[in-house]
Amino acid sequence: MFDLDSWREIFQSISKNKLRSILSGFTVAFAILLFTLLFGIGNGLQNTFKNEFAKDAINSIYIWSNKTTKPYKGKQSGRQIQFKNEDFEYIREKYFDKIQMISPRIQRTVEVVYKNEQDNYTLRGVYPKYDFLESAQVTEGRFLNIRDVKQRSKIVIIGKMVEKDLFGQLSAYGKELNIGGIIYKVIGVFSDPGGDSDERFIYTPFTTMQQIYGNNDHVDEFGMTYNPKLSINEAIQFSDKLLKDLKQKHDVAPNDQRGIRVRNYASDNQEVSGMMVGLGILIFIIGIGTLIAGVVGISNIMVYIVKERTKELGIRKAVGATPKKIISMIMLESVFITALSGYIGLTIGVGILKLAGPTLKKYFILNPGVSTSVVVGATMILILAGIIAGYLPAKRAARIKPIVALRAD
Amino acid sequence: MIRIENLHKSYPIGKDSLHVLKGLNLHIKEGEFVSIMGSSGSGKSTLLNIVGLLDTHNEGNYFLNGELIEDLNETKAALLRNKFLGFVFQSFNLISYKTALENVALPLYYKGIARKERLKIALDYLEKVGLKDWANHLPNELSGGQKQRVAIARALATKPKVVLADEPTGALDSTTTDSVMDLLKEINDEGMTVFVITHEEEVAEQTKRIVRLKDGVIISDEYTATLKTV
Repeated sequence: MFDLDSWREIFQSISKNKLRSILSGFTVAFAILLFTLLFGIGNGLQNTFKNEFAKDAINSIYIWSNKTTKPYKGKQSGRQIQFKNEDFEYIREKYFDKIQMISPRIQRTVEVVYKNEQDNYTLRGVYPKYDFLESAQVTEGRFLNIRDVKQRSKIVIIGKMVEKDLFGQLSAYGKELNIGGIIYKVIGVFSDPGGDSDERFIYTPFTTMQQIYGNNDHVDEFGMTYNPKLSINEAIQFSDKLLKDLKQKHDVAPNDQRGIRVRNYASDNQEVSGMMVGLGILIFIIGIGTLIAGVVGISNIMVYIVKERTKELGIRKAVGATPKKIISMIMLESVFITALSGYIGLTIGVGILKLAGPTLKKYFILNPGVSTSVVVGATMILILAGIIAGYLPAKRAARIKPIVALRAD
Repeated sequence: MIRIENLHKSYPIGKDSLHVLKGLNLHIKEGEFVSIMGSSGSGKSTLLNIVGLLDTHNEGNYFLNGELIEDLNETKAALLRNKFLGFVFQSFNLISYKTALENVALPLYYKGIARKERLKIALDYLEKVGLKDWANHLPNELSGGQKQRVAIARALATKPKVVLADEPTGALDSTTTDSVMDLLKEINDEGMTVFVITHEEEVAEQTKRIVRLKDGVIISDEYTATLKTV
């Protein structure tokens, strides 16, 4: 079936019947082209959503305090709620199984000096693994560890933009910075998908900062990531319960919206994953639709081709072609054309996506593209369709008595 | 070579059936040049189709080269056709996108002969029918007589036992008719069994044996006194 002679027959038949070959090839190429484009654009939209959301860890929860707006348990409204170290211990112990990591935070705007350069930055006192929460990537050196916190080391991890501002092209790693009159050593540099503003933060051990700024046990804010094993609903339940506990602990009215506040990314996550699912379904339907159109197209053309070739097939049978030879010839031809034009359609589609990619960024389409497996799968389906679509008429043609075929003038 | 005993063939038409061949008996020996004469509807084409294994019979026995033809499926018929029979049709039936040479070589392809070899054989047969110089022309560049000669070369290429010609001159003028018949005679002189179907008296007269068919029965079967003019 795969000998050179059969292929020679097929190539001759394809090249000597150009219109027919181009017609069937075009249908398949066009279907795959559309499929690639639509799928690529859909993926681009999905990438945009993912990217927007990936600026911080998707399972993060932030808690911060404010002034109360309602009197409660004999306490007046307008009272400032202040978190303390004991709240940190309380949350960490009570909800250890729900929490992946938790860090208290203090944040101040500080003046930073390096040699002749100076500027104002946000200094954040945090615990190890806070980089998780921000999705920050340490590009040089390391992030904080628990020993830094215990020893109240005077060390900092600075954002890339800080390094750029103060050190220019030089590396900041291992250098010493003067922050508010105190010398800190730079032990790491990080990048952050949140962009320039997130890369102008400076991180230092929470304990160091607590001692230098206030020398008390105050905490501004808590940041945590919930256990990724929790479902989105469980995560929302967890943060609701946590809020209720903290309100009770600090004598805040349960219906006070301002005293203590929680922001749980899970609820955003829920909306976005809902949209992602919707988008996924849409892309799937479009993809299937395009493929069905392609399958219908190739089927029609195969029926037409076999009809057109009835007489030729009759001649071949009269001179000794067995039905098997007839069927395999038609099918090989069909598979060859489908595979080749599928590949052409794919190449054009990928090319268009590459060229148009940068322009499409404006329309919330990021890195449009298709995975090879999807396209190979789609081409396989079309080839299969070509086989099935070719097989039935080919079989019928092979069964027609040569006399009938030969009479079809 | 061909032996037919009490052959019946009918075609179903709705609930009825049309009885076309009503018990034919015919024996054609090797090397004979036979023509089947008859008006349209006499059953001559049906007979050729059965003899040519393009169609099956209902009743009776058909021996081709001593082999009883029965339980014929498409594949077996195709192999037997390829081995024993060569066809020449009224409408030539050449494949339009193949050159004369490739058309002649096609039966050899289905016989499984290597490309170089079969093109060489095909060229020999084209030379035999006087069309060597036209080997690389497409059928639509040839005249009717030339096309039929290509078809005859194709029928001969597999060295069949019998050449079956269905109205081989039906689409040709009288001059080309003569040249095609001369070619068939020549083939027959070389020992090939030739079986011609025609309704033209002049064509039949050039064969050595005329079998007349009417309404599905043989009404006469006689040898002609053809004078060979070599």
